[in-house]
Amino acid sequence: MSNSETKVEIKRLFKIFGDDPEGMLEKVRGGVSKDELNDQYNHVLGLSDINLKIPAKGIQVVMGLSGSGKSTLIRHINRLIEPTVGEVWIDGENVLEMDEKTLRDFRRNRASMVFQRFALLPHRTVMENTIYGLEIQGMAEKDAGEQAAYWIERVGLAGYEENFPGQLSGGMQQRVGLARALATDADILLMDEAFSALDPLIRTDMQNILLDLQQELHKTIVFITHDLEEALRIGDQIAILRDGQVIQQGTPQQIVLKPKDDYIADFTKDINRGRVIQLKTIMKVPNDKPGPELSAEMLVEDAAQLVTESPSSQARVTNDTGDVVGVVGINDLIRAMARPDIESRLEEL
Amino acid sequence: MDWLTEFPELGRRDLRDFRKSIDQGFKDFTRTYGEDIESFFEPLLQFLIWLEKLLLATPWPVFILVVAALGWVASRSLKVVIGSALSLFLIGFLGMWEDTMSTVSIIVVCTMLCVGLGLPVGIVMSRSDRAQAVVTPILDIMQTIPSFVYLIPVVMLLGIGKVPGLIAVVIYAIPPMIRLTNLGIRLVDKEVLEAADAFGASPWQKLVRVQIPLALPNIFAGVNQTIMMSLAMVVIASMIGVTGLGQPVLKAISNQYLAMGLLNGLAIVALAIIFDRISQSYGKRLQSHRGGHDE
Repeated sequence: MSNSETKVEIKRLFKIFGDDPEGMLEKVRGGVSKDELNDQYNHVLGLSDINLKIPAKGIQVVMGLSGSGKSTLIRHINRLIEPTVGEVWIDGENVLEMDEKTLRDFRRNRASMVFQRFALLPHRTVMENTIYGLEIQGMAEKDAGEQAAYWIERVGLAGYEENFPGQLSGGMQQRVGLARALATDADILLMDEAFSALDPLIRTDMQNILLDLQQELHKTIVFITHDLEEALRIGDQIAILRDGQVIQQGTPQQIVLKPKDDYIADFTKDINRGRVIQLKTIMKVPNDKPGPELSAEMLVEDAAQLVTESPSSQARVTNDTGDVVGVVGINDLIRAMARPDIESRLEEL
Repeated sequence: MDWLTEFPELGRRDLRDFRKSIDQGFKDFTRTYGEDIESFFEPLLQFLIWLEKLLLATPWPVFILVVAALGWVASRSLKVVIGSALSLFLIGFLGMWEDTMSTVSIIVVCTMLCVGLGLPVGIVMSRSDRAQAVVTPILDIMQTIPSFVYLIPVVMLLGIGKVPGLIAVVIYAIPPMIRLTNLGIRLVDKEVLEAADAFGASPWQKLVRVQIPLALPNIFAGVNQTIMMSLAMVVIASMIGVTGLGQPVLKAISNQYLAMGLLNGLAIVALAIIFDRISQSYGKRLQSHRGGHDE
């Protein structure tokens, strides 16, 4: 995704909560930490000098623990929260400079949102909830109904149109939230811990639905989570946030293989690396021995299974055009999953 | 040490002049604007009289049937339906039908006024903390000031009759409507409101499609309270010429007619219970979508 165009660019964004945020700005720029600001000046540092390029048509995950500022960050993209200072550029427009009407149109047509606790309208049925965004856009009732019905079906809720949210399980409610967001046809989808309130099994289910839909929709998705497994699973790009600052950005592989500091290393040490590392990261110079041909983007875990099942003890790695570009032996695969020292190879990527 | 035991009050003459000037000022106001104000309320009076005549002209079985049907629609409970029909029949049987119709008509008009005025005020209050800070003490005054005190200027301005009675009832009965509208809207889930914002809802779209619908159970509790309080005001309003069940009660007080007072008083109670059950069960049914949670 490294060479794709940027859809959302956040520049020099600061958010300070308190009575005199502007006054505190100089202090923060001068290096006052979040704790100092809190203890000595009674202001809370929400976000500090955020610079982030979010690629078009990809899933950008913003990961951080509670209090890291991730929910504050996503709310700046559609300006549910006003920044202290900064810029958010989307398609050549600065969201933070839009007037009220432009901003409303932007929210109606270009960015929709899915919420952690669903935020459905309890007095409306599934159908009426899904229609909500279209109704605000002013779409004719009949068209809106058809469009909503399509998305209800796509998220697997056909047959539940007339139910109220209170009658559905959490997972089903969030499907309604997803259908409501997708129905407006916005190309930016903001997901604020959208799956965090769900049971682990349902969460995996929802992740699959999202990934399946994304394969055909190619929306620009900003996904907030506190769960690294989730971040690695669905993210094309990950930004890790701590105390209101981005401390590392990169692909899932880069985060797992080259954690920038001990804080991130601590996060990543329990991760199943076989599900993150791709063959191209560990492959060696091609040889003539036989083996199944596997894509360079295939995950180590999947490859290990295929190689084990095949008669040979290695796989031939192919690129997009089908040419063999390298080989991986079964030992390489096992070593990769067992935390070998492969950082040096990543350099070559 | 006189100043310690004697309160430093205004001189008797000054005090009299002070009161006199207020009285005179209000009298002048009445003389200048009284007629305009009266004609302003004329349509209201006509409507009230029309409604009262309509109710009196309605055959009694029809009225009982309508109330029973309303009870069924609102509550789906046979107990409410039978209870309402039976108590209405009993009221008529004991010779209080006409007074009851008068009272019902004034309660209906009063409730309409309270909702019509209270809802917008409540909405304004919920949208601005400053409005809330201004209106709340006024509501406190309206609820605590003895009714007789504001009956005086109302009567001075409009004389004795239905309209001043109506105004007195509205002053007394409107505060819960305003308070509960305000409360209901303020209690609407912040996350749902944020979602409305995120989808680009305008303030009006938010109010009409999210805030009011979600505040409806509270708003309905306000309507219910307003009805109850206007019924409670019926006796006092009858002192300034409002016809209905209050007048026999008043007569019974001055003549010590125990049975008369008791019967009419109980008729008011019966009406109150009918109105209450019907409006409350409707309010509850408005929340039915919150039920059925199977978690």
